[in-house]
Amino acid sequence: MQAYLARRLLALVPALFFASLIVFVIVRLVPGSIIDMMLAQNDVGADKLSRDQLVATLGLDRPMWLQYFSWIGGILLHGDFGKSLWQNTPVRELLAARLPVTFELGLMALIVALLTAIPIGIYSAIRQDTAGDYLTRSFSILMLAVPSFWMGTMVMVFPSIWWGWSPEVKFVPFTENPVQNLKQMILPALILGTALSAITMRLTRTMMLEVLRQDYIRTAWAKGLSEQLVVVRHALRNALIPVVTLIGLQAPILIGGAVIVEQIFVIPGMGLLLLDAISQRDYPIITGVSLVIGFCVMLINLVVDLSYGLLDPKVRYR
Amino acid sequence: MAMAIDVPTTSARSERGSVFRFVGRLFREKPLGAAGGVIFALFLLCGLFADVLAPYGMNQISPRNRLLAPSLAHLFGTDNLGRDMLSRCLYGAQISVIIAFTTATLATIVSIVIGILTGYLGGKFDLIVQRFVDAWMSFPDLIILLVVVSVLGPGLPQIIFTLGLLLGIAGSRIIRSAVVSVRENMYVHAAQSIGASTGRILWRHILPNIMPPIIVLFTTRVGTVILAESSLSFLGLGVPPPTPTWGGMLSGSGRTFMFQGPWLALAPGLCLTVVVYATNVFGDALRDLLDPRMRGSR
Repeated sequence: MQAYLARRLLALVPALFFASLIVFVIVRLVPGSIIDMMLAQNDVGADKLSRDQLVATLGLDRPMWLQYFSWIGGILLHGDFGKSLWQNTPVRELLAARLPVTFELGLMALIVALLTAIPIGIYSAIRQDTAGDYLTRSFSILMLAVPSFWMGTMVMVFPSIWWGWSPEVKFVPFTENPVQNLKQMILPALILGTALSAITMRLTRTMMLEVLRQDYIRTAWAKGLSEQLVVVRHALRNALIPVVTLIGLQAPILIGGAVIVEQIFVIPGMGLLLLDAISQRDYPIITGVSLVIGFCVMLINLVVDLSYGLLDPKVRYR
Repeated sequence: MAMAIDVPTTSARSERGSVFRFVGRLFREKPLGAAGGVIFALFLLCGLFADVLAPYGMNQISPRNRLLAPSLAHLFGTDNLGRDMLSRCLYGAQISVIIAFTTATLATIVSIVIGILTGYLGGKFDLIVQRFVDAWMSFPDLIILLVVVSVLGPGLPQIIFTLGLLLGIAGSRIIRSAVVSVRENMYVHAAQSIGASTGRILWRHILPNIMPPIIVLFTTRVGTVILAESSLSFLGLGVPPPTPTWGGMLSGSGRTFMFQGPWLALAPGLCLTVVVYATNVFGDALRDLLDPRMRGSR
């Protein structure tokens, strides 16, 4: 197990190297015009910083490889992501303030998705081809197609027209008032979790159907066990492994979706930070946010891989 | 050889009329998928003939008719500038069709090139490229898209280029795994042993035999692209206004007027949902019929 963990952590190194390279190169795709665009599109900064200052701040006057190594070196050695161009705040502080918010949103969405998807998926499988099965299945395929920004828009518009109710816009941090914070987050989490729950439900159903046909399930039935015991103890645990993999695969989609949901409900997380930075062309923030998000996705996938051992005693890490 | 028996439809090109037979099979075995296909075709037609079908111009402003509820004259109502929502949705379909098809084509070509080369050549080249693909896929699509657009600025060509590359690299995995399984077939070894060039083997022996996953990949990409483009437009970083896009209609100035005219929030979202839903079920049905091995993967 330890050797496996060490190897996996080691494998993160090349992945992170490529990831940092991707972020670095994308932002410098058009090195000459970045400055002009920043000055042209940002009235706030134009008078504060001169062109040469901007070039120096971004380090664009140095050779490309030197820029990369000083950038990545700063992150690795001092956790220094640079400073925001317009506010002069260290990007690290901004990231530290925003990451927990997005993490909370993502976690709540995941919990929502699993709490709805797994029971319905099981029900759909053990009552295969009944009306309830068809209904939940069609519903889940439909929910896959509904874009979260449309659902978010409708949640903002219709309750307000019908009942004069609209979601709270002023964000309350969890540490200040947990109850108020959770009340505020539950709606965005529901919307973010819907698409994930639809996919998870489909997979849970498919896997349950496959497992329920196995010999050991027949044995369990033959022993006279109750349905609950057969389904939960014998079938579910075996069916859940691919579902856990799916959650790892969905992590990037969940985080991408968080950007949109944060924008609609004005939640100050990583997504909103990124969008604001993009509208201000604040490149140190943009690179910092993307790198941290990429790293988070890799970590999630690592945790998912490690969790197989807990779910399935047959899995031995070598 | 097994491939040819497993997937009889690969020979569709050589057999006259087998396309019709395939469509017949689609309707018989997968009625929901066929319905999706019909809606998908309608969406295509709406996009192609938006200029003919739209009752009003896409930016025809009519201050007297602003914020009218849906009626016979304006089936989807009008917006805050008095523009007809039905016409704007039809022109939105046109933009979606253009972006979806060019991007899906580009993405599929990128996937094929990377997938075939890494899958067939293997070795160190494959290893390095695969690590790069790993890193690439650890970024959410939307994040890369946003970052690139922040550098290149919003616009149609940028979106097509970025999305094409983005989905192309991610999709190369599917093509690669198909190539790896085809590569070990007898006919490939036979071609290698008679000294056929790598290019010839890839073109004449590998490519025709991985057509089913390619077709399926292309179809599912169309839906993905439509959703991605509309998300981008919704965030104000897609095709700039006043060009009507489904995502853009749900954001921006239209958003403030939705409380007075809720139909503004309904029409574009409904178009989007119906088309993406239809594409999904159509793609699923195609996959089940053409490439049973991919069942359960998305």
